[in-house]
Amino acid sequence: MEKITEWETVIGLEIHVQLSTASKIFSGSSTAVGAEPNSQASLVDLAMPGTLPVLNRGAVEKAILFGLAVNAEICQRSVFERKNYFYPDLPKGYQTTQLEAPIVGPGKVDIQLENGEKKVVRIHHAHLEEDAGKSLHEEFSDAQGRGMSGIDLNRAGTPLIEVVTEPDMRSPEEAVAFARKLHGIVTSLGICDGEMSQGSMRFDVNVSVRRKGDETLGTRTETKNLNSFRFMDAAIRQEVQRQIELIEDGGTVIQETRLYNGDTQASRSMRSKEDANDYRYFPCPDLLPVVVTDADIAALRATLPELPDAREARFIDSYQLSAYDAGLLAGNRFAAAYFETAAQHSGDAKLAANWVIGDISARLNAEDIAIEQCPVSAENLGQLIQRIKDGTVSSKIARQVFDACWQGEGSPDEVIAAKGLKQMSDTGELEKIVDQIIADNAEQVAAYQAAEGGKQKKMFGFFVGQAMKLTQGKANPQQINALLQQKLAP
Amino acid sequence: MALDPQALAGVAHLARLHLDAADSDALTDRLNSILGMVDRLQEADVDAVQPLAHPLDASQPLRPDAVTEQDIRDQVQALAPASEGSCYLVPKVIE
Amino acid sequence: MHRKTLTELQAGLAAGDFSARELTEHFLKRIQSLDGELNSFITLTPEQALAQADAADQARAAGQAGPLNGLPLAHKDIFCTRGVRTSCGSRMLDNFISPYDATVVERLQAAGAVMLGKTNMDEFAMGSSNETSWYGPVRNPWDTGRVPGGSSGGSAAAVAARLVPAATGTDTGGSIRQPAALTGITGLKPTYGRVSRWGMIAFASSLDQAGPMATSAADCALLLQAMSGHDPRDSTSVNQPVDNYSATLDKPLTGLRIGVPEEFFPATLDDRIASTTRAALAELEKQGATLVSVRLPSVDLSVPAYYVIAPAEASSNLSRFDGVRYGYRCDDPADLEDMYKRSRSEGFGAEVKRRILVGTYALSHGYYDAYYLRAQKVRRLISNDFAAAFDNVDVIMGPTSPEQAFELGAKKDDPVTMYMADVFTIAVNLAGLPALSMPAGMIDGLPVGIQVIGNYFREAQILNVAHRFQQATNWHQKAPSFGETATAKGDA
Repeated sequence: MEKITEWETVIGLEIHVQLSTASKIFSGSSTAVGAEPNSQASLVDLAMPGTLPVLNRGAVEKAILFGLAVNAEICQRSVFERKNYFYPDLPKGYQTTQLEAPIVGPGKVDIQLENGEKKVVRIHHAHLEEDAGKSLHEEFSDAQGRGMSGIDLNRAGTPLIEVVTEPDMRSPEEAVAFARKLHGIVTSLGICDGEMSQGSMRFDVNVSVRRKGDETLGTRTETKNLNSFRFMDAAIRQEVQRQIELIEDGGTVIQETRLYNGDTQASRSMRSKEDANDYRYFPCPDLLPVVVTDADIAALRATLPELPDAREARFIDSYQLSAYDAGLLAGNRFAAAYFETAAQHSGDAKLAANWVIGDISARLNAEDIAIEQCPVSAENLGQLIQRIKDGTVSSKIARQVFDACWQGEGSPDEVIAAKGLKQMSDTGELEKIVDQIIADNAEQVAAYQAAEGGKQKKMFGFFVGQAMKLTQGKANPQQINALLQQKLAP
Repeated sequence: MALDPQALAGVAHLARLHLDAADSDALTDRLNSILGMVDRLQEADVDAVQPLAHPLDASQPLRPDAVTEQDIRDQVQALAPASEGSCYLVPKVIE
Repeated sequence: MHRKTLTELQAGLAAGDFSARELTEHFLKRIQSLDGELNSFITLTPEQALAQADAADQARAAGQAGPLNGLPLAHKDIFCTRGVRTSCGSRMLDNFISPYDATVVERLQAAGAVMLGKTNMDEFAMGSSNETSWYGPVRNPWDTGRVPGGSSGGSAAAVAARLVPAATGTDTGGSIRQPAALTGITGLKPTYGRVSRWGMIAFASSLDQAGPMATSAADCALLLQAMSGHDPRDSTSVNQPVDNYSATLDKPLTGLRIGVPEEFFPATLDDRIASTTRAALAELEKQGATLVSVRLPSVDLSVPAYYVIAPAEASSNLSRFDGVRYGYRCDDPADLEDMYKRSRSEGFGAEVKRRILVGTYALSHGYYDAYYLRAQKVRRLISNDFAAAFDNVDVIMGPTSPEQAFELGAKKDDPVTMYMADVFTIAVNLAGLPALSMPAGMIDGLPVGIQVIGNYFREAQILNVAHRFQQATNWHQKAPSFGETATAKGDA
């Protein structure tokens, strides 16, 4: 434990965000995922001799929207460069990217931790570039039976922005909070579908450690292609531990690229690539400088949707949510929209927020689906909350109704009617039940009446339980409580 | 500035060109004669000069974000030295 | 028939003196009987040519003749032609059947032109002698012991020998103008961005430009008209109207100011080439032009700047030739690295590999600033020199090449001497200006070419100057005696 206070972790992130354009950055091929290999690889994507790139306006606009959302300077004259290296999934033998003049300059993102602490993470820049294809390793072999790799170029040329942060994060929690925030921003903007498991957002983490108080940064490693928040958290923890142990054992950290394997939860150094590190960047002569005017920027700014920070503030202000709950809901535009609809239909924002953050999130996680696919509509959640508030069902029965709605058995009102789940609120009928409980449990009644304050309180629960059992949970709890108090009084 | 055979080997690797050891000295000499000619660039006073990447002062045209390409795989994959199951085949890629 | 210019053939077709099929058959026969010695073609496409000729004849009969309807021409093998091998003069692409047409090919076809085949060239357009082709050297029809220049040497030799009335070429550092000069024909490199580069296999993308090669300026005007224009598939293609090049050919030269830079007449220049050039300038003066002395001080550094920029771009442009998706792959690669290295080493020839190595080196860590960036700055100086000169003059003139056609093999072992062949043409590419070369005299039975450089998008003016010169002289009409007897036999 001592070690943790002695060392400081320094984390910077590079995030590849696939832009959700219909076509590729430099060709008119579709970017849809899941197509047959190479069925979306055009002459340009295949780097056929003589072919040339033409830039997609949608990619440029989405990159600018991102820049505006993180309060960044937009570079009015950005330049594409070639990063030269050989790899079978890189058809031209270079990646068209930006280096000296990226489209998005320095910006910043506010993050909030679970303990309520706030922090600013600076964005160094974000640049536009093209994605590579994929190497598939299974089942291919040559005539001699040697293993071969298959190359699928459908992804080649999908537009990306690479967002590079300053090394401003000091813990895995901060890194994950930033990553979630960024996810919220790009999905709220609608510039990325945010499907991390599909590789729509891929995180590279640069991690170094230094002794508390040191001014200079330690040697960093880069762990590549983390595609879930959980892996990111685990990979950082592991890498920090590895570096600390290495240094404490008298070793030194070497600057290297590491690959994290989510299945084995282990990372390893990638085959040394220092010979390939001379990328010979130079301005791409097939593309001209991308010029963006003030008017272009103003027009795009006018289309900016509400972003997580503004939404969070509004949720606190309009719905009196706690900052933490507001932050959770505001981060995802679909969750936010769901919450707002449910809040309006139920007339109780606090309850709606609890349901979305609690039961609904848990259920969505368990079934691994997004809130857009939630089988219970926000309107129906609102209706259910209303039924709790007007006493038609108890909170407990409400969960039963929710399950039935999730299974597609209808709206809450339909389920309550079909299953007869309406709460018993008829005082006469409830009184009969209470009388019967007292009659059937004379021993417990005697013990109760003899007991002291604290113990008596505990024993009271038994009688409530009996009442619920007899009514299959439908008894109105407030009424039952009142009746029992009255009838059990000695 | 001049190349020696060892530096040449590094450059050849970057360019993914195989060099015959037997030709290396002769090639080094020829490349050095080219580099020697090119070295005259150092004469120029260019401190205050902006580099020129494109002859015309134009800006990048933008294309609408629309899918305009068809699936041409069968036609173009016939040109590939090796392919299987819709994929281009290469000797195993090791990461 | 092969002695006629494109303009004359156009008139003959229109008048019904002969059909497109007859014309095509005539030239195909000439190529088949004469090109064995010249080696100016890599691929002949007779069946496709005859089909196109028939289509042209039908179009004419239907009153739908395009501007170049039925006129035969050849394409440099750097232009992608759908369904036809497009080799770029390299073993790397010996088996490459292009799946698409270059814009230049498309446009000329749409105008009704008939493609006879693909012409030989220096491998990937890297050369000034046409000796680096995988398909063997091209011979100059004026003296088959000599080179035709390069890299568009096949197109130049074929046009000079009247195997085809016109051809396309590309010019990165002089590859249209220098072979035009060495074979006695007229060739024009347009302003960078005037003609689309889509489908033209890239050598150095910021310098490459396609243009026409023919026996007269008027013919070049006809071809350039069809080749030019904006193409949304090429981001560097310029979106501005194309002038009517033929309309202003005859405009008098009265008041024309011709810049004559002393840098184009260095002390080392062959006196006879200098005096031939001055004689041509005197002829233009006679027509009312004024000669103005101009300075282009930085042009002296154009060869070093070019031999950084062009190889640097080429080293990257040629990375796509990796043996994965098309083209040459070595036999039985041991692993991925072996596949890359052997495919590229066996697929590329010596000059291409040299330039890839120079370019890779110039871009590599620690040398970028000293070479590439510095070359780009010198490029700016050169461009500024021309801009200053054009403040004062309409065109700039001088010799195209410091020498005439040299003997095959004379410079094979000395790349730097070879590079100096383009000393007067390279600066034009660096600045992106249009320029034309035309024959202006004969020395020792070999043609001498002069260059007319114009301001941006002033192709019409260059063609006007060249046409007026050709109206007053007959150098462009001189044809080599090559193939005379063989043709007589062929015609009989």
